[in-house]
Amino acid sequence: MAEAEQVKVLRFWASPWSFRVELALKLKGVPHEKVEEDLANKSPLLLASNPIHKKIPVLLHNGKAIPESLIILEYIDETWTDNPILPKAPHERGMARFWSRFIDDKCVGACWMSCWTEGETQQMFMEQARACLRILDDELGGRRFFGGESIGLVDISASFFALWLGVLQEVAGISLINGEEFPNLCRWIEGFVASDVVTECLPPRDKLLAVFQSKKQAILATKSMVY
Amino acid sequence: MAEAVVLLDVWVSPFGQRCRIALAEKGVAYEYKEEDLSNKSPMLLQANPVHKKIPVLIHDGKPVCESLVIVQYIDEVWSDGAPILPADPYARAQARFWGDFVDKKIYECGTRLWKLKGEALQEAKKEFIEILKVLEAELGDRKYFGGDAFGYVDIALVPFFAWFYTYETCGGFSVEAEAPKLVAWGKRCMERESVSQTLYDPLKVYEFVGFLKKKYGVE
Repeated sequence: MAEAEQVKVLRFWASPWSFRVELALKLKGVPHEKVEEDLANKSPLLLASNPIHKKIPVLLHNGKAIPESLIILEYIDETWTDNPILPKAPHERGMARFWSRFIDDKCVGACWMSCWTEGETQQMFMEQARACLRILDDELGGRRFFGGESIGLVDISASFFALWLGVLQEVAGISLINGEEFPNLCRWIEGFVASDVVTECLPPRDKLLAVFQSKKQAILATKSMVY
Repeated sequence: MAEAVVLLDVWVSPFGQRCRIALAEKGVAYEYKEEDLSNKSPMLLQANPVHKKIPVLIHDGKPVCESLVIVQYIDEVWSDGAPILPADPYARAQARFWGDFVDKKIYECGTRLWKLKGEALQEAKKEFIEILKVLEAELGDRKYFGGDAFGYVDIALVPFFAWFYTYETCGGFSVEAEAPKLVAWGKRCMERESVSQTLYDPLKVYEFVGFLKKKYGVE
């Protein structure tokens, strides 16, 4: 009989990054324990598991600590090989990694800053955000998911747009993601949030809305993504 | 066929150099195409329409972008050469973590060292030394970041070894004084042909940054 695996996720319920990890584990059918962190009062376990960045999410697998959501996703894919998240062919794997990094390096930041700035600065960020969303919309095209027929690395990486962006733009009173400009992305969002696995993992929208509303002033002051 | 592999690059780019070192380590023949960033080729714009940046690896007509994505691609395609990433998933995750750390920290902070003055420069200097110390602690007494084998993190970081002279001269500190193990590591890497044939003389890099400083109006 196999030794009992110990899989824990140091997470924050409202974070799109810890959602990525939980979705991947769910897709793979890996039982795991969710350890909720108070980001204003980080646990000794978190600080010991991710001493460099001190951030969630962290995956703890039989005591081994793996931080950084995209790195965790690759680890999960390599460790639990059923229902692969990454494609098999090297070029397609390279493209999946490219798009995930594009989402993290360019898209999320531009969307976030669009919400919390004003005037000309906001206009600049909104233009950047729209350009990113346009690129993603084009890349997705008519496909059901970025991963093709099933949810893959890029879909998981893009989950920020499936729920968090809608909530943020409501709190900020702006409109970024809309069906006219980004029909493919909006269709993807509908399909993504409707899938059983995703529905089980997503935080409740009303709770998310409430937390961002309550933290609005603090976020406006710092623009920090740690809330 | 050598023509099946093309690298779009710029001679001094540490990101491009990562790809060149990886290709050399695997013994892959390729065509090197120097780009003029003030006049980007149609090939580059078509191969990397999203970022329009080098390096881009074009293999059998298909482009791969982002240096560390390219390095992983090279490792996966030419898998009979010495592995760049280790086999164990946890070791791979650790390697990716440190590659990511180098990506996020070194170039951005290093650039501030030659672009900024006064208090902003002092701030950048403080941060850069901190980055060096973190890397020094991670390396420890190992031969390479990969252990006994030269690997992913070494490839991610070693191009910046040629930039240390520029960073310390602009920043007013000594890399060797702050991180002696790191400097020793750099010298060990330079004993590898893939590295010594790829990196430029630190003085040449310094000269290039001098030209950039004039261009940006930095004193």
